[in-house]
Amino acid sequence: MATTYTPIATQTLGSAAATVTLSSIPATYTDLVVVVSAAVASSSGDLLMTFNTDTATNYSYTTLTGNGSTVTSSRSANRNNIPCDYNGWLATTLGNHNCIISVMNYANTTTYKTALTRSNNAPLGTDANVGLWRSTAAINQIVFINNAGSNFIVGSTFTLYGIKAA
Amino acid sequence: MASSISGNLTAFESIATTTVGGGGAASVTFSSIPATYTHLQIRAIDVEGTGSDYTYTTLRFNSDSGSNYTRHQLLGNGTSASSYGAGSLTGISANIGSLKAGYFSGIVIDILDYANTNKYKTLRSLSGTDQNGAGFVALMSGLWQSTSAINTVTFTPGTATFSQYSSFALYGIK
Repeated sequence: MATTYTPIATQTLGSAAATVTLSSIPATYTDLVVVVSAAVASSSGDLLMTFNTDTATNYSYTTLTGNGSTVTSSRSANRNNIPCDYNGWLATTLGNHNCIISVMNYANTTTYKTALTRSNNAPLGTDANVGLWRSTAAINQIVFINNAGSNFIVGSTFTLYGIKAA
Repeated sequence: MASSISGNLTAFESIATTTVGGGGAASVTFSSIPATYTHLQIRAIDVEGTGSDYTYTTLRFNSDSGSNYTRHQLLGNGTSASSYGAGSLTGISANIGSLKAGYFSGIVIDILDYANTNKYKTLRSLSGTDQNGAGFVALMSGLWQSTSAINTVTFTPGTATFSQYSSFALYGIK
């Protein structure tokens, strides 16, 4: 059996950054997994994701989310990005937030791309999201920002893995 | 600062993959699963018909279609969240299946201690489909009330057939 689940790259921020880009992603895997543990300098916000260089309104998502009091679901269409969280958003304390993103069949040039995320910020909430990029292009780049416009702080980590099916 | 890490995590192995061809598929089966791992993970994308909205894919182990399964779910439909549970089922609704052509569900299913002959078998899943104006995401759990080691996993679509390009990949975790 073929061993897989290969680390491709890690970005550990040595200085604050407004954007984190995982680029030159090879098309040799089946799925991608991104593990994020990050915080922002100020003004907590959502972790937002785009693919390749597409910032047009080709994204949408649906969330299932809880904040410790209520559980809700919402969705948003024709967006410029996919939020990876909702109640479990980025905070200013490193270690409070984590997010695991599975980008399914990312190199397939026949289908739109679906991403599943589980995001948590223990003091705030927890989320399960599904996102869609309406493109059949293979994904070769993933870009992360946050919607509050605040920098990711030093020590934030973004780790990319590739999983290859037999 | 970017860095590259070389080498594989050797505990995660690809066992088998099925990708549905142009004629569609009435079911997808992984058989002859070796008992040499600790857990299984299935990663998939699927469309199960035409139209819109979603369905549930049914999963069975070792061709057991008796009333030996239970399940629970948390479901978000983009407007509200709901919870559901049922027992004495003839299969587990293990994941959301998309009914909209071109808008594939993403599916990750973990089957824990699948080869252990001392315990019942548990699975959990995260799945969903977003259809740009509609969307469904679910956390699911399932139980097979059998101490048999799992050697076969069969997926059956909720409606007609699995559509072309639906793909199911089985992995073993040591």
